Amino acid sequence: MTDITASSVPVTDVVPTRSRFSIHIAVFLAPALAIYTLFSIYPLIDTIRLSLYAGDETGARSFVGLQNFYTLLTDPNWSGQFWNAFSNNLIFFAIHMVVQNGIGLGLAMLLSLPRLTGGSVYRTLIFLPTMLSVVIIGFIWQLMLNPLWGIAPSLLKAAGLGSLFGPWLGQESTALLTVSLISVWQFVGIPMMLIYAALLNIPDDLLDAATVDGAGPFSVFWFVRLPLILPTLGVVSVLTFVANFNAFDLIYAIKGALAGPNFSTDILGTFFYRTFFGFQLQVGSPTMGAAVATAMLIIILIGVLIYLFGVQRKLQRHSF
Amino acid sequence: MTIRPGRIAVHIALILYTILALGPIFLILINAFKTRRAIFADPLGLPNGQTWTTIGFDRVFANSDFGLYFFNSLTVTVVSLVLIVLIGAMAAWALTEYRFRGNTLLSLYLAIGIMVPIRLGSVSILRMMVELNLVNTLTALILVYVAQGLPLAILILGEFIQQIPKDLRDAARCDGVSEYRIFFSIILPLISPAIATVAVFTMVPVWNDLWFPLILAPGDGKQTITLGVQQFIGQYVTDWNAVLASLTLAIAPVLVLYLLFSRYLVRGLTAGAVK
Repeated sequence: MTDITASSVPVTDVVPTRSRFSIHIAVFLAPALAIYTLFSIYPLIDTIRLSLYAGDETGARSFVGLQNFYTLLTDPNWSGQFWNAFSNNLIFFAIHMVVQNGIGLGLAMLLSLPRLTGGSVYRTLIFLPTMLSVVIIGFIWQLMLNPLWGIAPSLLKAAGLGSLFGPWLGQESTALLTVSLISVWQFVGIPMMLIYAALLNIPDDLLDAATVDGAGPFSVFWFVRLPLILPTLGVVSVLTFVANFNAFDLIYAIKGALAGPNFSTDILGTFFYRTFFGFQLQVGSPTMGAAVATAMLIIILIGVLIYLFGVQRKLQRHSF
Repeated sequence: MTIRPGRIAVHIALILYTILALGPIFLILINAFKTRRAIFADPLGLPNGQTWTTIGFDRVFANSDFGLYFFNSLTVTVVSLVLIVLIGAMAAWALTEYRFRGNTLLSLYLAIGIMVPIRLGSVSILRMMVELNLVNTLTALILVYVAQGLPLAILILGEFIQQIPKDLRDAARCDGVSEYRIFFSIILPLISPAIATVAVFTMVPVWNDLWFPLILAPGDGKQTITLGVQQFIGQYVTDWNAVLASLTLAIAPVLVLYLLFSRYLVRGLTAGAVK
C-alpha cells in the first residue's frame, strides 16, 4: 500500500483537480448528501425540535420548552411507563451482554482452534438465524413455546426437566427473560463472527511464544488472546447497546404494542410506538412521541460517547 | 494425526449448538407440510405419505396477496440496493480520491448515520411523507432505506476504493479522460467484489424490516413480506397449517439466498467491516 502511495506523489502536479474543489466533486457527492441529509439527519433534528412543542386537538402547535421531558419524567401517567420501559430495556441489554456475547465468545474460541474440520460449515449454520426477520423468529418461538403444541414441554420431559416448563411468554415474571433469550438465540452469530475474525488476526507466533514459555491453554486465553481482542469486544458491546435500545420488532411481533403481560416486556421501542400512534383509549401524540424518541437518542448517544471516550481510548490497539 | 478426545468434545459442543440454532427453523419447515392432526400428534416427525399436505399453502395464497407482498419486498430491496451502491460508490470515490476542504468533516457527518438509528426520526419522517403524499407507497420506503444504508456502504466502499492502485486512474488522467468516465468506466467495474459485501449488509435489514413498512406503508397492497406475514398471522392465529405455511414462505427465499451467498457475507464480516 505505502509503496503505491509514495510512487504516485510526483504525479500530483499532473492532476491539479486533487487539490481544489471542483464541480465534479460536488456532482459525485450531491446525491448521497441530499438523500442522507433529507431523510436521515433532517428528521432526527426535526424530531428533537418537535419534542419542544405541544399540540392540541386542533393540530396547532406551541413551543413549550422542556415541558414534554418534565412530563415524561415526573407525571405519574408517563414516568411510571417510561422508567418501566427503561429498566426493562436495561435488563434486555444486560442479558444480551452476558448471554449473547458470552456464548458468541465461546463459539468463536472453539471455531478459531487451529485445523478445525468443518469450521466454515458450523459458522454458516450458526449464523443462519441472524439472517431471518426478527418478526419470523418471534413467531417461530411463539409456536415452539406454545403449550398447545407442546414441543418445548415434551423436549424438556425427554431431558427429565418436564417440571420446569411453564407458559414462559405469558407470565409476568418470565416474559422479559424469555423474549430476551429469543433475541439472544437469533443474534449470537454477530458477536461470534466479529470475535472470530479478531481471534484469527492474532499471529500464531504470539501464541506459540506463550506456549513455549510454559503457558497453559487457560493462561494463553486469559493473558494473551483476551487482551488482544478487547477492542473487538468493545465494538461488540456498543453495537449490542445501540441495537438493544432501538429494538422493537420482536416484542411487537410476539406481544403486540401493549408489550404484555402488564407491560412486563415493554421496552423503549414499543413505548415510543405507543406514545406516537396511541393505543386503546390513549390518543397518539407526535410531540410526546418526539420527546420519547429524543430521550432514546440521548440514551444511545450517552452509550456511544462512553464507548468512544471512556472505553475505546483506554484500549490499546495492536497492529501486527 | 490421531483424533484427540478434546477435539471430539469441541465437535459435540458445536454440533449441539448448531442443532439449537437450526432446530426451531427446521421444525417449522417440516410441519408446514403436515396435516393438522400430524402437527400435534407427532411434531418432530418428517412428513410422510399419510401426513403430507399443502393445505396451509393453499389457504395462504387464497386469503392473502402473498405474491404481491413478495414482489413489494423484492422491488424495495433491489431498488434500494442499486441506489445505495451507485450513490454510495460515487460519494465514497469523491471522499477517498479528492483532497478538498471539509473532506474529513463530511466523512464524520456521514458516519453519524452508522451509530444513530434513523428510526428515531420516524415522527418527522412520517410527517414529511404525508406532506409529500408518499404514504403507502414503496417510494417512501426506498428513500428511507437508501438514507439508512448509505453511511455504512460509503465506509465499506471507501476502504475498497483505497486499495485500487493509483496508477490506473493517473494513467487515464494523463490520457485526458474525464473524471466521470474514470469513475464509471474504471472504478465502478473494479469495485464489484465489494458490492457483494455491501449488498448483504444493506439487503438483509431492508428485507427484514418491520418498523418502516408498519408506519409508512401499512396498507393499500403496499405491504412488504415481513409486514404481510405479521398481519396475516395476526388474523389466522389459530389456523396452524396456514401460520406454518406463511412462515415457511417467508423463510424460504432468505434461506436459499443465504446458502448461495454466505461466503460473501462471512468474508465481509471477517475481513474488514469492523477493524
